[in-house]
Amino acid sequence: MELRFTEEERAFRQEVRDWIDANLPADTRERMASGRTPTKAMQVDWQKRLYEKGWAVPHWPVEWGGQPWSAIKRFILSEEIQSTPAPSPLGFNCNMLGPVLIAFGTEEQKKFFLPKLASLDLWFCQGFSEPGAGSDLASLKTRAVREGDHYVVNGQKTWTTLAQHADWIFLLVRTDPGAAKQQEGISFLLVDMKTPGITVRPIITIDGAHEVNEVFFDDVKVPVANLVGTENRGWDCAKFLLSNERTGQARVGASKERIRRLKLIAKEAPGGARPVMEDPRFRSRLTDVEVQLKALEMTTLRVLADENRALSQRKPNPASSVLKIRGTELQQAISELYVMAAGPYGLAAPNDPEADGRNEPDVAADWQTLAQATYFNWRKQSIYGGSTEIQKNIMAKAFLGL
Amino acid sequence: MDFDLSEDQRLLQDSLAKLLKDKYGFEQRKGYIKSETGWSREVWAAYAELGLLGMPFAEEDGGLGYGTVETMIVMEQMGRSLTLEPFVSTVVMGGGFLRHGATAEQRAAMVPQIAEGKLLLAFAHTEPQSRFDLNDVATTAKKDGAGWVIDGRKGVVVHGDTADQLIVTARISGGRRDRDGIGVFLVPATAQGVTRRGFGTSDGQRAADITFDNVKVGAEAELKGGLALAEQVADETIAALAAEAVGCMEAAKDLTVDYLKTRKQFGRPIGSFQSLQHRAAEMMVCLEQARSMAMLAAMMAGETDAAERRRQMRAVKIEVGRNARFVGQQTVQMHGGIAMTMEYAGGHYLKRLTVIENMFGDMDHHLAALSEEGGVFLAA
Repeated sequence: MELRFTEEERAFRQEVRDWIDANLPADTRERMASGRTPTKAMQVDWQKRLYEKGWAVPHWPVEWGGQPWSAIKRFILSEEIQSTPAPSPLGFNCNMLGPVLIAFGTEEQKKFFLPKLASLDLWFCQGFSEPGAGSDLASLKTRAVREGDHYVVNGQKTWTTLAQHADWIFLLVRTDPGAAKQQEGISFLLVDMKTPGITVRPIITIDGAHEVNEVFFDDVKVPVANLVGTENRGWDCAKFLLSNERTGQARVGASKERIRRLKLIAKEAPGGARPVMEDPRFRSRLTDVEVQLKALEMTTLRVLADENRALSQRKPNPASSVLKIRGTELQQAISELYVMAAGPYGLAAPNDPEADGRNEPDVAADWQTLAQATYFNWRKQSIYGGSTEIQKNIMAKAFLGL
Repeated sequence: MDFDLSEDQRLLQDSLAKLLKDKYGFEQRKGYIKSETGWSREVWAAYAELGLLGMPFAEEDGGLGYGTVETMIVMEQMGRSLTLEPFVSTVVMGGGFLRHGATAEQRAAMVPQIAEGKLLLAFAHTEPQSRFDLNDVATTAKKDGAGWVIDGRKGVVVHGDTADQLIVTARISGGRRDRDGIGVFLVPATAQGVTRRGFGTSDGQRAADITFDNVKVGAEAELKGGLALAEQVADETIAALAAEAVGCMEAAKDLTVDYLKTRKQFGRPIGSFQSLQHRAAEMMVCLEQARSMAMLAAMMAGETDAAERRRQMRAVKIEVGRNARFVGQQTVQMHGGIAMTMEYAGGHYLKRLTVIENMFGDMDHHLAALSEEGGVFLAA
């Protein structure tokens, strides 16, 4: 048992840090540091830089632009990106669709899509959830009917994150409504968002942000060549996608960065008689979250060490289920600490003339107006990607045999 | 980075697991509790035969030269079986004091005896007023010619009733709570002026209340290191107890999950109810987080930067304590009435975990201190 990073791993961390410092544009750095999400242009520009460096998709096979690295080396890169903070490579492209195409795609699909996914020449969004299919994803109803060399798609997807930026969408559709099990009649399609019949309608979330959308399909023609894997076996792709990159879900690097920044902020934040950070109650809450984050960091490293093994030697590791549950709980807990640090000036909503047509003065600092917005927004974390309750269902079945 | 055990470590784990399977059934354990010492001399001898009692000592002192990972492995197994023997007192704490604070002559005299199972040690630090503060020492050590005279009272000395040698913190100079001026002394339990009153602890183990009345010891009785030595040993003990807690939690979780599968109510196994399934899943989350911290503790127990080591051990104690409390309580809750009885193992895990939670500082103690020290992640 050796739990320390090697000399080589530490040197790599420094190399990554130096490269990010030299290459991350100042405006992106500033926006990310204030706790905002990157603009589309920032995301694309940064991912292209990572791509050119060979760092956008290190977990892919080398022939498709990956790196022959250990899981730990990949973790170091992603942790450094998160803790700068810089934009992480787009998850839909790099962690979700890319590995699915590598596992299930045709040679033509791989050759056409993989380089564009890695470079973000094409921005993909995810069409899984529907109004009637949330946690029970397999009950989805969006229908695809084969007509000659096309599928004709009709139906509705929802909670489609950043569909407003997307060039393409990967879609779960029902191709066999008569299948014995509902999982057996589903297919996985790639669809160009410019195809006639697609309508994107924004959903504004409780933080006031336009992040998710509804996407409607009205007689949308999709070439059969855009089917991934076998018709009616799309559920295999979906399951594979959902089980990938478990360690990414904990987002320990991002949480550590948020804590580091909160400590600096709280040292200055007025707390009546003394700065917020000097209130023993606040400080002990903060320390308590740090302690839990430390445990999560160790659990992440345990899962990583496991991912370093050959596939054949891997056993299902119960520690991996911990990552989504505790990782999201801790991100949410940190967002609550920001709200507490902001206090009354946290009441001020971010000024957003685009959204409400008003242009009003900013009365509070960025971090103060963002504190509650982020807190509201991050309630999503324990809901998406398999809610905490779904994770526990899975654990009870897979690990406890209940 | 590698979390796997070596071949030798696996062997150690397997041989101890086998020994405890033979000797430490829950019914056998009840017999040990009723015996005169409150634990099993026979099992202690078996530990000696396995080499466990000389484990942490250097080979030149007559030990095996094992490290903190081996301690973790052993403690986890002992936690699973709720063992009662003075392993922590003699080998982890006593061993720590001898390794870091004793002279080569003292080690030469004592280590072989410990390894053979013939010498028992106990650490006497808690005082009526001290709560968890190792620096709060009213017991005094006064110079007496070349030697020392020790006066005072130590309470809740775990396994102090059967120990042959007591390791005692005593104040040489300064005020009651000063960090300076504390000495650590080796005092024979049979020395003139030592009075021991043994008692049972809430988890079925043994401890003693000990008074020192004009107890004379030689100059060599003072170990070198003072409070820093005591804190180092306390940190090593926290690491060992964290591993023991993980063993307890894992066994408690297994017992509970088995029960959920077999106990029927409303005509079906209670494990088919989602509210219990989710609680069992949460127990597993707690167990894995605690296990991660026990591993961190094994890694940090040997850290030479004392401030860094102490901060990390505080985090370990807090996180293990939190998760242990949940697992212990839910073991009882999900079993229902049966785990409320002395007859059944379930409740005994809660009892042992509660004792561990309250040794060497509880969650609030360490949380307050860690906050003062700047938290877990210090600014780079």
